[in-house]
Amino acid sequence: MSTLPAVEPAVNPVEPFLRTDRMPHIWCPGCGIGTTVNCFARALVEAKLNLDRVAIVSGIGCTGRVAGYVKLDSFHTTHGRAIPFATGLKLANPDLTVVVYSGDGDLIAIGGNHFIHAARRNVDLKVICVNNFIYGMTGGQVAPTTPLSATATTAPYGCFERPFNLPYLAESSGAVYVARWTSFHVRHITRAMIEAFNKKGFSFIEIITPCPTLYLRRNKLGDSLDTMRYYKQKSVIKNGANTKDVEIGLGGEIVCGKFVDIERPTLHDAMRAQLSQSLGGRYAGPGGR
Amino acid sequence: MKANPAGVLAGVHFLDGDQACCEGALAAGANFAAGYPITPSTEVVERFAARIPTVGGIFIQLEDELASSIAILGAAWAGAKTFTVTSGPGFSLMMEHIGLAAMTETPCVIVNVQRGGPSTGLPTLPGQADMMQARWGSHGDYEIIALCPNSPQECFDLMIHAFNFSEQYRVPVLFLMDECVGHMTEKVIIPPADHLDIFPRRYTSRPPSEYKPYKPAADGIPEMVKAGDGYHFHITGLTHDEQGYPAMNWRAQEKLVRRLVDKIRRHAQEIAIYDEREIEDAEIVIVAYGITSRVAQRAMQMARDEGIKAGLHRPIVVWPFPEKRIRELADKVKALVVVEMNYGQMVYEVERCAAGKTRTEFVGHGGGTVHEPEEILKVIREVAR
Repeated sequence: MSTLPAVEPAVNPVEPFLRTDRMPHIWCPGCGIGTTVNCFARALVEAKLNLDRVAIVSGIGCTGRVAGYVKLDSFHTTHGRAIPFATGLKLANPDLTVVVYSGDGDLIAIGGNHFIHAARRNVDLKVICVNNFIYGMTGGQVAPTTPLSATATTAPYGCFERPFNLPYLAESSGAVYVARWTSFHVRHITRAMIEAFNKKGFSFIEIITPCPTLYLRRNKLGDSLDTMRYYKQKSVIKNGANTKDVEIGLGGEIVCGKFVDIERPTLHDAMRAQLSQSLGGRYAGPGGR
Repeated sequence: MKANPAGVLAGVHFLDGDQACCEGALAAGANFAAGYPITPSTEVVERFAARIPTVGGIFIQLEDELASSIAILGAAWAGAKTFTVTSGPGFSLMMEHIGLAAMTETPCVIVNVQRGGPSTGLPTLPGQADMMQARWGSHGDYEIIALCPNSPQECFDLMIHAFNFSEQYRVPVLFLMDECVGHMTEKVIIPPADHLDIFPRRYTSRPPSEYKPYKPAADGIPEMVKAGDGYHFHITGLTHDEQGYPAMNWRAQEKLVRRLVDKIRRHAQEIAIYDEREIEDAEIVIVAYGITSRVAQRAMQMARDEGIKAGLHRPIVVWPFPEKRIRELADKVKALVVVEMNYGQMVYEVERCAAGKTRTEFVGHGGGTVHEPEEILKVIREVAR
């Protein structure tokens, strides 16, 4: 088992976890993705996971680059398809802790179908969705999470489509763990990630983050510091809140907290149980390694 | 190494091509398949879903072909031998992940039981019109290997070749059946496991500190690792360096993509498999593959009965195209008659290789039924005149 090596006090405690040879990263100053990665590193350290057995899968986009910066078995896949790649990885080696780390456009727009089906199946994946309400990598286009009336390059007169309420979508699709935090809530994010690591089943953490370059500026919402102030003032922690009631409007209240934490057989458990029941001693198991 | 007996249903069977294809995959050691139902390919995964729990492995039906074609790549990186099966529109949906598999050098097999197209086309009737899509369908430059069986027996035999090629060259291998071959039932002999040679995955023996995921061995193919072994490696569909890290410049592109192309092109002769009939004295050679080759063989016999020296060249590995052999034939025969169930695909390859040295005729139609031998015979008679 390999754990993080002991570090000198002068070294950032998450540094051994990062691919420092890949720095500097591509994220803009004030972007919230790096904050979430810091939380992720701390969660891995605190959860004392064997890092040899943690794999991370990303799709495409700004958050899709996370897989490239962390010192784990890491997969940067195609746009929207991180979840089915991760499903194959997890099914073929159930001993892995498989984290899917991607953005709202990747996971919920182009990858939306995979998202709901993986939740329905209760694949044991830890899905971290960094939601900045916009397509960042491609230059600020409208997303299925863009709040009503917010503008984007492809919604120059304001978004007129109702956005997805991600916790509600995740819960109604079958997720067993659902939480939402903002990048202001770094300790809560870390704790939520640790809980997800220890949870069996489809776990979903939405992290609301600022995109200063393409969302805040265009919508005249100030800079990332202003956004931290907004998160601090306008977010309300309501653990156990009904996910129906946690929609996010432009400049409105952001309900945070752990909304769902239930038990349900995972895809693996259900597969093994059904095949054992039907085949008895003839069932040879999932094999695969 | 030899096949694992657990997956080998040794004996003499009466199977259709789809079932035989599944047995070939099992014999090759496939222990993970993902798929989405689509006619006329579904019987392959239906059989796999029934068989694999007692052999040891996983089948999962996913929400679409995009998911199926990438889940097999995830499973491959966890150490599984994987394949997916589709047809027609499903094949179009899988194109993106053929590219990802080529770019990340992930061994896998993609079966396409070809039906008539375009679009929904003829779901229950045969076609051979995905030949160029198989070669060029994903964006960008890459090479794949593709095989074309013409009988249930070959569906079994060649699936083992397909898996072996995918492991040896770390490339997605396309298995291009057609509805007729998929649904025809014939005798299939499955040999015992110790008669079946299996190419094992090219795992590295280097420790993590000395390992680079995309540093090629002398033959141009890098060694592999799998998730969970402590290598903390990175795999990306972006252009990458030997470490596997993204490298956004033309030099990295030239180095990587040229290698991806060359690793197949340089080994084209070793990969080539073809079958020939009555070729020694042939003046007119029919070029046909898949189910069409069986009709073509009948036409060849009819021509011989009339005293025309006809022969048959049947590419079994269709990609890389058997350039060298077609050039040799073009140098010595009077005409090449290309017969396919499409409006002209592999005929362009034949014409390219013939390079004007011999006459090339095409006999094709849009699919839905096989050729009549007489249609082919008519063209043979014309060119023999």
